[in-house]
Amino acid sequence: MLERRPLLIFFTHAVLILGALVMAFPIYVTFVASTHTLEAISKSFPLLPGSHLVENYLKALTVGPQNVGATVATMMVNSFIMAIGITFGKIAISLLAAFAIVYFRFPLRMVFFWMIFITLMLPVEVRILPTYKVAADLGMLNSRAGLIFPLIASATATFLFRQFFMTVPDELCEAHRIDGGSPMQFFFDILLPMSRTSIAALFVILFIYGWNQYLWPLLITSDEKYYTLLIGIKRMLDVGEGQAEWHIIMASTILAMLPPVLVVIFMQKQFVKGMTETEK
Amino acid sequence: MEKRVVFRNKILPYVLVAPQIVITLVFFIWPASQALYQSVLQEDAFGTASSLVWLDNFADLFRSQEYLHSFRVTLIFSFSVAGLALTAALLLAVMADRAIRSATAYKTLIIWPYAVAPVVAGVLWYFLFNPTIGMLAFFLRKVGVPWNPTLNGGQAMILVIIAAAWREVSYNFLFFLAGLQAIPHSFIEAAAIDGAGPWKRFWTIVFPLLSPTVFFLIVVNLVYAFFDTFGVIHALTRGGPNYATNILVYKVFNDGFINLDLGGSAAQSVILMAVVITLTVIQFRFIERKVHY
Repeated sequence: MLERRPLLIFFTHAVLILGALVMAFPIYVTFVASTHTLEAISKSFPLLPGSHLVENYLKALTVGPQNVGATVATMMVNSFIMAIGITFGKIAISLLAAFAIVYFRFPLRMVFFWMIFITLMLPVEVRILPTYKVAADLGMLNSRAGLIFPLIASATATFLFRQFFMTVPDELCEAHRIDGGSPMQFFFDILLPMSRTSIAALFVILFIYGWNQYLWPLLITSDEKYYTLLIGIKRMLDVGEGQAEWHIIMASTILAMLPPVLVVIFMQKQFVKGMTETEK
Repeated sequence: MEKRVVFRNKILPYVLVAPQIVITLVFFIWPASQALYQSVLQEDAFGTASSLVWLDNFADLFRSQEYLHSFRVTLIFSFSVAGLALTAALLLAVMADRAIRSATAYKTLIIWPYAVAPVVAGVLWYFLFNPTIGMLAFFLRKVGVPWNPTLNGGQAMILVIIAAAWREVSYNFLFFLAGLQAIPHSFIEAAAIDGAGPWKRFWTIVFPLLSPTVFFLIVVNLVYAFFDTFGVIHALTRGGPNYATNILVYKVFNDGFINLDLGGSAAQSVILMAVVITLTVIQFRFIERKVHY
């Protein structure tokens, strides 16, 4: 800041504090609602946390909302398995594919490269019906495999690792070959340890991506056993003429936000790195 | 760019790319080509026979008032989301860049809503603006606004725009702040010595230097608003009232899974693919330019 005008400094901080408050406001209201009884929420608009926090969260986790048929604890486990499966799946297959494309020369190499590139242009939303049909034909409806496999192809992760491998000095590979080492030894002993920071950054981004998947799980899960938490919350809202259990819905919503938000706050450095690098 | 030193092996590289390629073929290329194929077919009422109708499905779409309406709704929605999210984020980022010492603290406070899923964002704003239980809906009615997004299409649109833009502000903020912090201080100091005030410095120096970031974010925000906002719409309005918020991705889902119109849904998918491809190509052209910049 060049000018030291007090009014300008005041204005700067006022805008920022207001911005931070507006960003946090919906989440704060949700949290407050999750600590009151349904009656308190429907009668007035409480602005301070109430005394029913433990009760509401325990009910959500162990009993579950009336019209969903699964407890929030079960749905959280499902969301977690899906998110972790997608994260590790994407990282693993992308590392291998990038290794092949950078460190080998073989016919069809560029064909494969472009094939992977095309996946960037085909989000689930634009090919939902035929992809659903493929999953159905493979017997993947209502299964963990169906939740995970169709989502693990990733052009961005492959490109990120390719970029990174290109910067690894050729001498390392040369020395390894002179010592008579195999390609896979090179991959596991040298390349993988060197990629640690890229993997950590991708882990954060992909975990959030996996946890927040909505359309695909909505299509392929009809059995409550496989509901993810986001699907569950949407089901809780669909009560028709009945009264939605807002206190339980709000507690579940807070629980649904918690894992990705904690990951962003505690792994902020990796998060920022992942965001800026995957978008290149 | 190619590596000079490579391994020699005939089979291993195929084994290594196989998992990625199999997934891509089975879940991306095959369904996309099915969509292309179905988009030129017409199924009879019982789904037993289909005949080749070439571009009739597309012609039907562009003659259908409902589809053109959905296209207009999508354009209004996408540009409003991008405009709102970019303006708010730029304002906050410029301020955070000025608040040198506390910039990191503000950064943490502003970026975390990005971790919230679009559908959850929809639920949060639904709770605030719900006509029967929502706090903000109550205050709006108190000050005389007849707020009811379940009946009023314009209000429903405003609601989905706010909910969709809210989490995108965090994303844009992060990139704007990085862009601002990369601008050399000497440029700004030189302008200040020449007597330019903060407002003038921003428009003549900072903003032009930030323009690659702005352009990149416009494309990313449009892609987000076009394709990642299904959850927001599904949780808040389900495309209603009276199709006022029926954006294209919601319509594809609705026509394919609820109304079971295969040919029409496939033709819509193909049009959406053309849109993503166009946007991706624009984004990559721009990145190439930035490399030489």
